[in-house]
Amino acid sequence: MKHLLLGDEAIAQGAIDAGLSGVYAYPGTPSTEITEFIQLHESRRKTGAPIFCKWATNEKTAMEAALGMSYMGKRALVCMKHVGMNVCADAFMNAAITGVNGGLIVVAADDPSMHSSQNEQDSRFYGRFAMIPIFEPSSQQEAYDMMEVAYLMSERLHTPILMRVTTRMAHSRAVVITKDSEPQQNAMPVPENVKHFILLPAFAKQNYNELVEAQTVFEQEAVESTYNAYSKGKNPKIGVVATGIAWNYLMENYKEEMGYSLLKVSQYPFPKALVKQMVSDGAETIIVIEEGQPVIEELIPAYIPSYVKVLGRLSGTLPRVGELSPDCVRQALGLEPLPKNESDSIVVARPPALCQGCGHRDMYAALNEVAREYPSPRIFGDIGCYTLGALSPFHAIHACVEMGASITMSKGAADAGQHPSIAVIGDSTFTHSGITGLLDCVNSNANVVILISDNLTTGMTGGQDSAGTGKLEQICCGVGVEKEHVRVVVPLPKNMEEIKQVLREEIDYNGTSVVIARRECIQTLKRHLKAKKQQG
Amino acid sequence: MKKDIILAGVGGQGILSIATVIGEAALNEGLYLKQAEVHGMSQRGGDVQSNLRISSDPIASDLIAKGGADLIISLEPMEALRYVEYLKPDGWIVTSSAPFINIPNYPDLDELKRHVESFKNHVMLDVESLAKEAGAPAQAANMVLLGAAIPMLGIDHDKMIEGVKRVFARKGDEVVAKNVAAVEAGYANGIKL
Repeated sequence: MKHLLLGDEAIAQGAIDAGLSGVYAYPGTPSTEITEFIQLHESRRKTGAPIFCKWATNEKTAMEAALGMSYMGKRALVCMKHVGMNVCADAFMNAAITGVNGGLIVVAADDPSMHSSQNEQDSRFYGRFAMIPIFEPSSQQEAYDMMEVAYLMSERLHTPILMRVTTRMAHSRAVVITKDSEPQQNAMPVPENVKHFILLPAFAKQNYNELVEAQTVFEQEAVESTYNAYSKGKNPKIGVVATGIAWNYLMENYKEEMGYSLLKVSQYPFPKALVKQMVSDGAETIIVIEEGQPVIEELIPAYIPSYVKVLGRLSGTLPRVGELSPDCVRQALGLEPLPKNESDSIVVARPPALCQGCGHRDMYAALNEVAREYPSPRIFGDIGCYTLGALSPFHAIHACVEMGASITMSKGAADAGQHPSIAVIGDSTFTHSGITGLLDCVNSNANVVILISDNLTTGMTGGQDSAGTGKLEQICCGVGVEKEHVRVVVPLPKNMEEIKQVLREEIDYNGTSVVIARRECIQTLKRHLKAKKQQG
Repeated sequence: MKKDIILAGVGGQGILSIATVIGEAALNEGLYLKQAEVHGMSQRGGDVQSNLRISSDPIASDLIAKGGADLIISLEPMEALRYVEYLKPDGWIVTSSAPFINIPNYPDLDELKRHVESFKNHVMLDVESLAKEAGAPAQAANMVLLGAAIPMLGIDHDKMIEGVKRVFARKGDEVVAKNVAAVEAGYANGIKL
């Protein structure tokens, strides 16, 4: 069948068709659509075995649950944005040591140029760090095809596989030809050797030795992979290595008459033998084109003679930061830019903003007014739509680092003597990574106000279910915040005075307090009202 | 046949619906297609764009090079100008004339329009009014714009109308008719090549 699919959707369909039993994920741009596609598939499925597809609380719980499903012999998928890899790193690294039973694929969607992220970290480092095979598709069709190949490989070699994509693969659509056969899920063969999953040092040492020994097998697989291809050119003095979607930018600009030797890389460990072949075929200069950080460019010099010049992001041949473009690759190949119009200086920036009518707006309006009553307030923000409170017109937050950091940074600031020290965190971010920080606050009765801006959803990624909906007061009290210092307000202009008063009282209380500002996200509200209307 | 198209607008205006219809018609013609979209944070009232490439030959890059676009289709006049660097010197701008003002420093509208008009190949229409005149809701303004872009797309008018019908079919005959009317209004008020 022919389908027009996003890269994310191709991955999802590939997993489904490969006999997936469960997907575990926390929403994060540009990975969200993988899980959403499987959820949609499940909601329409009429035959076949069910696929577990409920959102996880964070990437670590997702990774661990997927490992549990793999332990039972089933095929599992974990999806996240690149920074989610940091959250699940403990489970991810050690899953490489346990190995797998049922096939296990971890999809990391990187975001070079930081379209919706706080850094450009390249997940291929994590794959190398864990010493497991990595797939990096160059097209949506490859993304689809690779899923089955990777599941088979994962089971054959007993290793998790990292599937690395970047924004332009995740969020770009193309025609994908899919299999028509009904997917078959694995039975539940328990692990042959349970010791593999018990990482006592004595067992773990054995596993680690096996993992180290497996490297030559992994690399041989990459050398022989159909996703990697080397071709000697008529002008072999120049070689080009292009990984993942970088291959497309190369092909966009490559002219037959250039005659360079070309190496396409979409499966790792990096196939050293192929670049060595490029050199023995005469390469004196090798241009490395890769999306993300210069991972391969840094590796290659160790494999080849020192007279060979390696050019790429480190040498300045390509930009050191940001995603690749057909333009920068064109320049790296020594081609003139296309004739074009000059950019028009009349155009001004149009930064994203909180929606009109959004509850975060009213929350910030109240918070800003109260904060102004104190000589030196500090407000620690977090990851979500409400991060936009940093911009005009609110300029309300003084920090935003990573999921959950608002709570623990406000605690650290309070420990240092700051007052008022306030955290602003969304409901989904709070359950993702804020609860343990709140326990730290409670245990030292830190003088902080934790403002949970609860819009009953994971808003910024498009309105997915939020793990804490309906449970936030219980969670806060359960963690040990005193009941009278867990306050709930409704962020609406008409409640402004009440919200301000509650904030003042809790700022003036010397201890840990939580203020929950709760009103549904207007985007999900619109959707819910529309659905209701359609139901009549 | 190869057309590289930049679709532009402000988050929520409906540029992806235009892409969906063009994509439907292109695939039905057996053309190759790649379409890079913007999801996530930038959707919140910020500028959004989509790179749509259709071709009778396989397409390599998901992104259009600077100076490579045949056409900019924009639901907002300033957003059309944001991407002129990507436009071929003789490329087309097909844009709505209605500004979407959600920033304090939005440029002077008359000057903005003069900038659009400085491009030899441009079509600038009040797409919302044309939608209403055609008996369609204001939300169908994007379909008016699509109609105006048909002559530059390299896909036959009738084939495009068929695409509109297929895309909206599941929403019922009335919705199909209004969207077709909107596309026809744009086509009638645009420029024929």
